[in-house]
Amino acid sequence: MIDKTPSNNNSFLNDAGNRALIFQILLLALVVFVGYYLFSNLQSNLDNRGISTGLSFLNEPAGFPILIHLIEYTEANSYGRAFLVALINTVVISLLGIVLATVLGVIIGLARLSNNWLVARLATVYVETLRNLPLLLQMFFWYFAVLAALPHPRESFIFADFFLNKRGIYSPNPIFQEGFGFVIAGFVLSIVAAIALIVWAKKRQTKTGLWFPAYWSSFGIIIAVTLLSLVISGFPIEFDLPQKSRFNVTGGMVLPPEFVAVLIALSTYTASFIAEIVRAGILSVNWGQTEAARSLGLKDSLTQRLIVLPQALRVIIPPLTSQFLNLAKNSSLGAAIAYPELVAVVMGTTLNQTGQAIETIGLCMLVYGSLSLSISLFMNWYNKKMSLIER
Amino acid sequence: MKSNVGKLLSTAAIAATISTGATAATLDDVKAKGFIQCGVSQGVPGFSNADASGNWTGIDVDACRATAAAVFGDAQAVKFTPLSAKERFTALQSGEIDMLSRNTTWTYTRDSSLGLDFTAVNFYDGQGFMVRKDLGVESALDLDGATVCTEQGTTTELNMADFFRKHKLSYVPVVVQKADEAVAAYDSGRCDVFTTDKSGLAAQRSKLAEPNAHVILPETISKEPLGPVVRHGDNQWKDIVTWSMFVQVNAEELGITSKNVATIKKETTDPGIARLLGTEGDMGAQLGLSADWAYNIIALVGNYGEVFENNVGPATPVGLPRGINNLWTEGGVMYAPPVR
Repeated sequence: MIDKTPSNNNSFLNDAGNRALIFQILLLALVVFVGYYLFSNLQSNLDNRGISTGLSFLNEPAGFPILIHLIEYTEANSYGRAFLVALINTVVISLLGIVLATVLGVIIGLARLSNNWLVARLATVYVETLRNLPLLLQMFFWYFAVLAALPHPRESFIFADFFLNKRGIYSPNPIFQEGFGFVIAGFVLSIVAAIALIVWAKKRQTKTGLWFPAYWSSFGIIIAVTLLSLVISGFPIEFDLPQKSRFNVTGGMVLPPEFVAVLIALSTYTASFIAEIVRAGILSVNWGQTEAARSLGLKDSLTQRLIVLPQALRVIIPPLTSQFLNLAKNSSLGAAIAYPELVAVVMGTTLNQTGQAIETIGLCMLVYGSLSLSISLFMNWYNKKMSLIER
Repeated sequence: MKSNVGKLLSTAAIAATISTGATAATLDDVKAKGFIQCGVSQGVPGFSNADASGNWTGIDVDACRATAAAVFGDAQAVKFTPLSAKERFTALQSGEIDMLSRNTTWTYTRDSSLGLDFTAVNFYDGQGFMVRKDLGVESALDLDGATVCTEQGTTTELNMADFFRKHKLSYVPVVVQKADEAVAAYDSGRCDVFTTDKSGLAAQRSKLAEPNAHVILPETISKEPLGPVVRHGDNQWKDIVTWSMFVQVNAEELGITSKNVATIKKETTDPGIARLLGTEGDMGAQLGLSADWAYNIIALVGNYGEVFENNVGPATPVGLPRGINNLWTEGGVMYAPPVR
């Protein structure tokens, strides 16, 4: 029998839930206090040393040039505009890098599983070389060893109106004339038609089981309609051609070596990790699945696309997300070889000219944080979409 | 949860100690630890450069050694912190170093809004351009359309932009994070032009494979007075660094060198020299230093002319002419207030 001695055990403080709540509140108060203390400490120290604070510098004219700007930018623009230019450069190199690294990584990963001895060994050599060398070293290699070995501008490789030299790849710059709207309209229309075709083909397949090559034919439709609208409107495009000048090639569009080196280094390096992730994902799918698919009479390509890959993706996506995040953050190494991304422009030049260390570094942290979180959110959404639906 | 609270408390304790750091007088701190922590460059020949055995030499290094000689009577009581252009001000602001002597240009913004004070000018410089001789360029005004390499995080970026804008010339800027890589990019042919302070151009040219294949263009596009920097608000320490420099200039003007200073100290009848060398009165006490502080600077480091000739003069690999950095009596602008 349990002895039920009367006591005040059921008082407010003895309730486990209440106590937990009190501790939580105390901890929260302490965190807030420490945060406030650190902040006010920082403020008073900055005041003591006569260092000005605030974000007002973003409206002042920057005065410095930026090599690569995808939006209009001159020295007369503000620090805020320079920040935006750098932000776009970081986002562009990250997204392009992610796409290239994924394509290359999947190819190498599949190559490592190939039955062809040579292909499999070459892929192994690729992976083991690139993932074991520091990324910064690889960037220097591409920039100072490979791209700098191209000819001087005066001895450029010339192919039609394309120039290749150590200052970059120069190509004709299209200038759209009046009437180009017709071509754009044709292009948009063809995309709508292609989507409609794919939807129709899918519906028909579910209903009747008949298969139609919807992807290839929609690709053909887009090309044909766009070309046709170009011919009808009489090619409303003119080209600004690159030309040799005293020092450089001028005019046209230019892809500078800094951009190329960073993009190659980031995507080939990350691809070596993605290749291993893809290989692991595919090997994780039981061989019995493939055998079962074959016994149903599926072609090899369909077996891969419909049976193996959907299951492999569940294993692949989470580590792939980490690689994408790494790539986005590694893009900051581009500062070392003059690619004007966020670290170079904001934490380099802007910080030096304004002396606003805390503000500029804070801004950069905010941007990398948001960029990484956006990639994470997208990949988590994709992961959920791909995850096993249990019935 | 308990461990979390513990961590928070220790973080708070660290924050509290940080807040009290670097507010005391720098001279007392320096005397207590027995050496001066001096911020220098990561390697600019003639200004601050470490040799194979780790000894630092250069005109900026000698500014630190002169201060150490004034404070301790020992020019070796210095420890060096190599800093990039980007790191230098933060290192000084945070108290990591006691003085910054890293070919740093004295500008309005740096003096007013960074919580720093410039002490004196130990080298009058100006930005210039270096190109390959075979380009046949004779003036910076011929550089329309050129690709220009420069180091990031210095005043050169802005000067370069201002120069090309002012003369309505087009150019392609390639801004590299470190000086060595900027020079490598120029050397590899990525750029037609390399731009930095002219002293830096001479120093970098001496490191290139074929120094004679490159020329420094005659135009000087900016004023770059370089000198040591200290934290704002510590007037005593600022005075010590400032006057360590002034003593060297005055010594050269008076004809006192590291070789003859001992004899002059014994034999001089000039009251001005006697005051400077500490045989008459006690000038050092006003700065919290010993009476022979100026004597130590001259004996251990040398006068300004000696420092210049030893590090960047025509006889060194950098090979800079004395030019504007000569004494005011010799046609230059080096002029120091009297020690009186």
